[in-house]
Amino acid sequence: MGDGIVNGAAAGFSPFLLGWIVLLPLIGFLVNGAVAIAARRYKPVPLAAASEEEDVAHRHEEHPATPEPIPATPPAWTKSLPTFVAPGVIALAFAIALVNFFRMLGAGDALPVIERYWSWMPVGDLQVDVAFQLDQLSMLMTLIITGVGALIHVFSVGYMKKDEGYARYFAYLNLFVFFMLILVLGSSFPLMFVGWEGVGLCSYLLIGFWFREKANADAGKKAFIVNRIGDFGFLIAMFLIFAHLGTLNFVEVFAAAPEQLAFGGAVVTAICLFLFLGATGKSAQIPLFVWLPDAMAGPTPVSALIHAATMVTAGVYLIVRSSVLFAMAPSASLVVGLIGALTAIFAATIALKQWDIKKVLAYSTVSQLGFMFAAVGIGAYVAGVFHLMTHAFFKALLFLGAGAVIHAMHSALHATHSPRDAQDMRNMGGMRRWMPWTFGTMGVATLAIAGIPPFSGFFSKDEILGYAWSGARGELPISQGSLFGVGGEVWMLLIGVLLAAAALLTAFYMGRMMLYTFFGPNRTGEAESPHLHEVGASMKWPLVVLGVLSLIGGLFQVEADVPIVNWFAAVAIGGPDALYNFLAPVTAPAAAVMAQNIPAATVATHPAWPVLLAIVIGAGGLLLAWYLLKPAALGVEGEEPDYRRAWERILHDKWYVDEAYDRGVVRPVVALSGFFARVLDRRLIDGTVDWMGRAAQSVGMVGARVQSGHVNTYAFVLVVGAVLALFWFSGGFAWLAAS
Amino acid sequence: MDFYGSHWVLTFLIFFPLAGAVVAALVPERLARSVALGVGVIELLVALPLFWTFDPAAGMQNRIDVPWMADWGIGYRLGLDGISLFMVLLTAFLLPLTVLGSWSYIRDRQRAFYAMLLGLTTGVVGVFVALDMFLFYVFWEIMLIPMYFLVGVWGGKERIYAAVKFFLYTAFGSLLMLVAILYLYFKAQGLTGEATFAYEAFLALPLTFTEQALLFAGFALAFAIKVPIFPFHTWLPHAHVQAPTAGSVVLAGVLLKMGTYGFLRFALPLFPAAALNETTVLIFMSLAVIGIVYTAMVAAVQPNAKRLVAYTSVAHLGFAILGIFAFNLQGIQGALLLMIAHGLSTPMLFFLLGMMYERRHTYEIADYGGLAASVPILSAMLVFAALATIGLPGTSGFVSEFLVLLGAFQTHPYLALIAATGVIFAAYYMLPPLQRIVFNALDRKENRVIPDLNRRELTILVPLVALIIWIGVYPRPVLDRMEPAVSQLIHQVEGGRMVVAPPTDHAAERPPVAAADEERR
Repeated sequence: MGDGIVNGAAAGFSPFLLGWIVLLPLIGFLVNGAVAIAARRYKPVPLAAASEEEDVAHRHEEHPATPEPIPATPPAWTKSLPTFVAPGVIALAFAIALVNFFRMLGAGDALPVIERYWSWMPVGDLQVDVAFQLDQLSMLMTLIITGVGALIHVFSVGYMKKDEGYARYFAYLNLFVFFMLILVLGSSFPLMFVGWEGVGLCSYLLIGFWFREKANADAGKKAFIVNRIGDFGFLIAMFLIFAHLGTLNFVEVFAAAPEQLAFGGAVVTAICLFLFLGATGKSAQIPLFVWLPDAMAGPTPVSALIHAATMVTAGVYLIVRSSVLFAMAPSASLVVGLIGALTAIFAATIALKQWDIKKVLAYSTVSQLGFMFAAVGIGAYVAGVFHLMTHAFFKALLFLGAGAVIHAMHSALHATHSPRDAQDMRNMGGMRRWMPWTFGTMGVATLAIAGIPPFSGFFSKDEILGYAWSGARGELPISQGSLFGVGGEVWMLLIGVLLAAAALLTAFYMGRMMLYTFFGPNRTGEAESPHLHEVGASMKWPLVVLGVLSLIGGLFQVEADVPIVNWFAAVAIGGPDALYNFLAPVTAPAAAVMAQNIPAATVATHPAWPVLLAIVIGAGGLLLAWYLLKPAALGVEGEEPDYRRAWERILHDKWYVDEAYDRGVVRPVVALSGFFARVLDRRLIDGTVDWMGRAAQSVGMVGARVQSGHVNTYAFVLVVGAVLALFWFSGGFAWLAAS
Repeated sequence: MDFYGSHWVLTFLIFFPLAGAVVAALVPERLARSVALGVGVIELLVALPLFWTFDPAAGMQNRIDVPWMADWGIGYRLGLDGISLFMVLLTAFLLPLTVLGSWSYIRDRQRAFYAMLLGLTTGVVGVFVALDMFLFYVFWEIMLIPMYFLVGVWGGKERIYAAVKFFLYTAFGSLLMLVAILYLYFKAQGLTGEATFAYEAFLALPLTFTEQALLFAGFALAFAIKVPIFPFHTWLPHAHVQAPTAGSVVLAGVLLKMGTYGFLRFALPLFPAAALNETTVLIFMSLAVIGIVYTAMVAAVQPNAKRLVAYTSVAHLGFAILGIFAFNLQGIQGALLLMIAHGLSTPMLFFLLGMMYERRHTYEIADYGGLAASVPILSAMLVFAALATIGLPGTSGFVSEFLVLLGAFQTHPYLALIAATGVIFAAYYMLPPLQRIVFNALDRKENRVIPDLNRRELTILVPLVALIIWIGVYPRPVLDRMEPAVSQLIHQVEGGRMVVAPPTDHAAERPPVAAADEERR
């Protein structure tokens, strides 16, 4: 439409039903939402059938106290319809995405393609369209979201089968996919922001899905508010971009930025830091990571989809999408890398001492996201996306596996109405006997996240570590930058060391989780353990598919020039460096910016020792856990004493960050609000108004009569006066006199 | 008679509710609400085509200019432009909904109630289309009376205090505006020898900076109290808490917008040099920012849901003031859009609170809890309304706040930065009460036995939901109808800013802007 945007047809690639990829989940949401509303009608509510003419308010007092209404069984279609619609729309969207992917492969690199639907916010210079941008990056994200999303939807069919909010659950989950696709496909910052806050909404609704428990609703609320702090940063970044570049459309912003903004200048640095603030919220990085562990209150498949595979990686996507800007701001990039590395090690320490299986995985996710930020911070954008992808496979698998375990634990504990915690690893043990598929697939994922070759995590994590060592030797463009007067290569050395340490802890806590869950004697209880069981088909097959992906996912990006890694070049999917080559058009502008502005960027060298070190770290961590931890000696929840040593308690209690925020931020704000409300507003401001009113009254003649009771008289006088005045003005009296 | 091409549509929209009020007052008690509903529906159906017949390029339209009290130069002067169009539509849209919202809520003195409600509409529509300063003032003041009675008669326990406070506070604010209008009138008469209250004649007056500053202060005080801008806001929570649902809806939906509208239509164009003076702008934008943050914090700790929503109104209209004084396209169009968005989401909240009150006889947040389990549809609506209020993308609130902040950031980045923290504070004031009402355990027996929304209630809410999403997703039809009027306003005021009469000059020479204005007509 004359926007100066590359036209699809001319580029040799025309998207296939692009809008439908996004529309299908929305349709799913509407259908499932309608089913959810229809299903609730079968719950008899005493007064609902009463006729409208009667006054509700007057009736309800004399209504006899009704016992808790017993839900009548809703008809079967209220479950069977969502069962087919919800995974169906996502699978169909994935199929369409695949068609687009293969078309794109054959079309060369003349992308991105913008498909424009309507003009959203046309005000003066601001022209924001509802338009989707399909390029290699958004394509990859779309495949991950719909592909992993479809698997998790299928898994959910089994997991949520007995939940009374079945349709509502799938409505939210479909809505989430809809917003997530808007997030990655939106062609401008504001449209991306729609998805950005939309996924936050769905996250809020799904964390608090079992809203009757206050803790769940609290967790949802916390996630929303903390995310809004990040969203504030995103907003300011947009305002800065518009103020300096006059547009918010990706293509135009990234084309104009290198020409109109100073390299390393205050403006682009501020933009990047504010964008990163947004990313720390959505992707749970220091200082805004505190909501993610609490978010585990939601159903476990939600944790897999939203809080591991897709939504929390949105911050990484944001930075790669804006890589041109970050390439122009080396200091801001170093901040990103440093925060990422710090988060990686920090969260990993906490994961060491958690008993709740989901909490281990939650902190693990925070930590792995830190790896991704460290990667994109040091300019290794493809490595960041690569880890995003492999992490989506193995972490979704780990969460679903944990869900399967929890599911089994639930039915076992439910059988005896045991009050014990189904998520506490102290109540598990030896689960591999009952759940061989779950154990096997989770084992694959564990080897992947620990970085053991040839599992997927090895390739992606190794690439990040390799880049960090390269940077530490001054071989990356960002190495030439500086932060607080310290050179980039020093920071990168620190980042590399932190990441290596985090990788060691990762292997250790994953080993611990597997040992306590699947090995040793079973601690579920004698009456309960016979009820433990492997999951059904709808839950098993998603695990298997993700297991395969966790195994081979690394072969999408086998670095041809890195020793040891390149042993796998022969089996690399799509040839060596496939992902790098695929994403090159997206990251090329950033590389060009760096090449243009940083004179001494040398070619990276690839020694073998970092790869060896990575393997040693991964294997060492697992072996350490195997030798140090004794699942056989572990007591059950309650018996097993809490950690005694101070450092263990600190880790178990998450470094008291929540407590610090509560005392340092939440309580002061609430106290200040209370002061404003009670003292400043009511006493001072309103009190002054009342005082002035009373003063005026005591002076005025009508004073006494304005007291309540007589005020109607006053108003009546005023009405009469006004009417008379109008009458007089309009010459009414003259007319009366004349007649 | 070309109804939509002439003033007749405006005249109808003003006086038809008044006629309806008379009928409602005369029919038997039980018919009053049906009459009111009929009047409301007709008012809406008549107003609706304006959306299509309105010609954005034509500037002020549907005009009339006939003498009313010719001796004093008072005329019956009306007109509609892109700034007033949506305020009129919003008023007409909310009228039938407020009648439906009062359907079972109002039990006593129904004739009087619906007569007041309809009469109120006359005043509000009149304010938005009057182009005669005297006529404007009459509408402005007359509308206080039905509002006073709505709060004072059908309100809660402390209704008298709230009604008197509302009445005296706003009436007091308007007095100085009346003085300012009269000053302008005599000034115009002195300069041209012609007695007139015509808005356009006042626009053309050459004023010294001091005159502008003083007169602006008179107008601005009246509007600031009406909006209300911090620290003139304390009458609003009282009025809202005590008012019946319909009163709160009209108050939040359209009455407050009379203040922001007043700035755009009168205070800025009449006194451009004073209004856009850097100090003035800084004062108003600062007050707006304080209002956004401060009232959000005050709202967050309110135990009474209506009081909470009242404070959020102050925060929202702070955004509108911020956009208006940013004085660029994004800022003003954002402010206008915000006036619409707030006129949809806040009434929706008040309707829902009214429906909850009818079921439980309380506005205290602590009396609720777990409603999602007992009344899921009401709860879903409440969640939607709350999210629309805090400006979730996809709702009208987001587009408007985004535009306002974007506009403000171009002129005053640091103030806009503080204002943008409003998005955090919005979540802080809205989500905890939402949780305490809708989520958590359903632990009170009273909350278990309440019925979910009935058809009448859904009829009120569904149109609001549809409009909120429509404007959030596709605001262009609205923005396109505003843009010419807004850019003309900016052009006119920016031009007028440079033309300040020298302090001693009493010649009848007209400033160039006025001449340009003449030409355009």
